Amino acid sequence: MDVSMNVNGQSQSHDVEPRTLLVHHIRENVGLTGTNIGCDTSSCGACTVHLNGQSVKSCTVLAVQASDSDITTIEGLAATAQADGSAIGEQNWHPMQEAFQQCHALQCGYCTPGMVMAATSFLQENPNPTEDEVRQGLEGNLCRCTGYHNIVKAVMSAAGGA
Amino acid sequence: MIPAAFDYKVAESAEQAIALLGEYGDEAKLLAGGHSLIPMMKFRLAAPAVLIDIARISDLSYIREADGHLAIGAMTKHIEVETSDVVAQHAPMLAHVAALVGDPAVRHRGTLGGTLAHSDPASDLPAAVLALGGTIIAHGPNGAREIAANEFFTGYFESVLAADEIITEVQIPTGTGAWNYQKFNRRAQDWSIVGVGVADGGKGISLVNMGSTPIRATAAEEALASGASAADAAALAAQGTTPPEDSNADAAYRTHLATVLTRRALEAAGVA
Ligand SMILES: Cc1cc2nc3c(=O)[nH]c(=O)nc-3n(C[C@H](O)[C@H](O)[C@H](O)COP(=O)(O)OP(=O)(O)OC[C@H]3O[C@@H](n4cnc5c(N)ncnc54)[C@H](O)[C@@H]3O)c2cc1C
Ligand code: FES
Ligand code: FES
Repeated sequence: MDVSMNVNGQSQSHDVEPRTLLVHHIRENVGLTGTNIGCDTSSCGACTVHLNGQSVKSCTVLAVQASDSDITTIEGLAATAQADGSAIGEQNWHPMQEAFQQCHALQCGYCTPGMVMAATSFLQENPNPTEDEVRQGLEGNLCRCTGYHNIVKAVMSAAGGA
Repeated sequence: MIPAAFDYKVAESAEQAIALLGEYGDEAKLLAGGHSLIPMMKFRLAAPAVLIDIARISDLSYIREADGHLAIGAMTKHIEVETSDVVAQHAPMLAHVAALVGDPAVRHRGTLGGTLAHSDPASDLPAAVLALGGTIIAHGPNGAREIAANEFFTGYFESVLAADEIITEVQIPTGTGAWNYQKFNRRAQDWSIVGVGVADGGKGISLVNMGSTPIRATAAEEALASGASAADAAALAAQGTTPPEDSNADAAYRTHLATVLTRRALEAAGVA
């Protein structure tokens, strides 16, 4: 069936099977592969994107459920990014991306797109969190390199807290 | 993992959802937040031929203060219950428990009606609604009926809900007394190994993951009502339960947890 949604500010229409997961739709139909698949069972958060501004695990949402919605993926976060994922900005990173760089909050980087999307959604809901609240807010995102310490530092720094 | 193929229908109203359920019968399943149903479909534990999406029925997403109770629409998401000032004021236990469900991304999707309909004995909100003495409003082809939470759950993932009924509203009594909720798990984001909800100064005590449904700790409630101490009442919390066994805990450990957590919850609620 025809599914239209706005992805990173660009209108996208595709003919998709109802059983298509949003993460597969984003990666394979829309062609943005920044969103990763980790566990495929809603546990790890690697697939986190924003649906109408809120973090969701796109492996546990059907593309049809997101029709007529606004989706933001990691490619759409930086102000200079192009919706098609090309020319991801060297400047004008989103403050959270900047903070992840500055605080060395990534090692292999696999969890990072999901972490950044979860963290930006979290700060919208709680702009001045304590460190403990950051840890709670990111509890649905796993880092297999276990770099949690610097991830928390980055989120605190993006929040202006440290 | 990809679910088996299905037809996708959107219901614009509760009436339309009931009509679609009537049309497709046992083949169909309602889809709310999808955060229980989609994982089951991906594991092929469920393979409905038709999904009826009710998440777009905005009329069923509300939180209102009514006469002596809070009325919460079935499509209200966990995050909305968690952050609502009205819930915080009139049924703070429900807001607190909503915030303990999964992680923020789960709470952005899961709904109060969905978690009740799913009737998972390991889930938190059904147990909270049970302890608080809530009422579930269901609509079917013959109109609406009210079901006391006490009478709602019938078995593992089973309730009294008929195949052509949809939960439309959940009612929670307001102005009830002291409460506490103990969720015991070992990892972030996990379900309770055992959970205990104490509502209204101990008049309602419910247990998570201590049987095939969320259940009331009736023996402990009765002991408290006839003047027993919190510690003595809590010792009876697991009476009559049939706790499950899994990789997290055997039945004896769950029985022990139920008594300890009930004592902690009663003490934290200030029930002497
Ligand atoms: C990673 C993860 C962690 C989680 N952790 C927890 C946790 O710690 N504690 C907890 O309590 N829960 C947890 N959950 C479950 C979560 O709360 C689900 O959102 C909830 O159980 C189901 O709500 P839903 O709206 O997503 O329902 P859906 O998945 O859409 O539906 C579930 C079932 O209910 C039926 N249904 C849905 N709405 C209605 C209705 N209005 N009327 C009649 N039938 C209906 C559907 O047909 C289906 O059979 C977790 C889920 C995930 C994915
Ligand atoms: S891939 Fe979606 S949560 Fe792990
Ligand atoms: S940086 Fe490797 S998984 Fe997080």
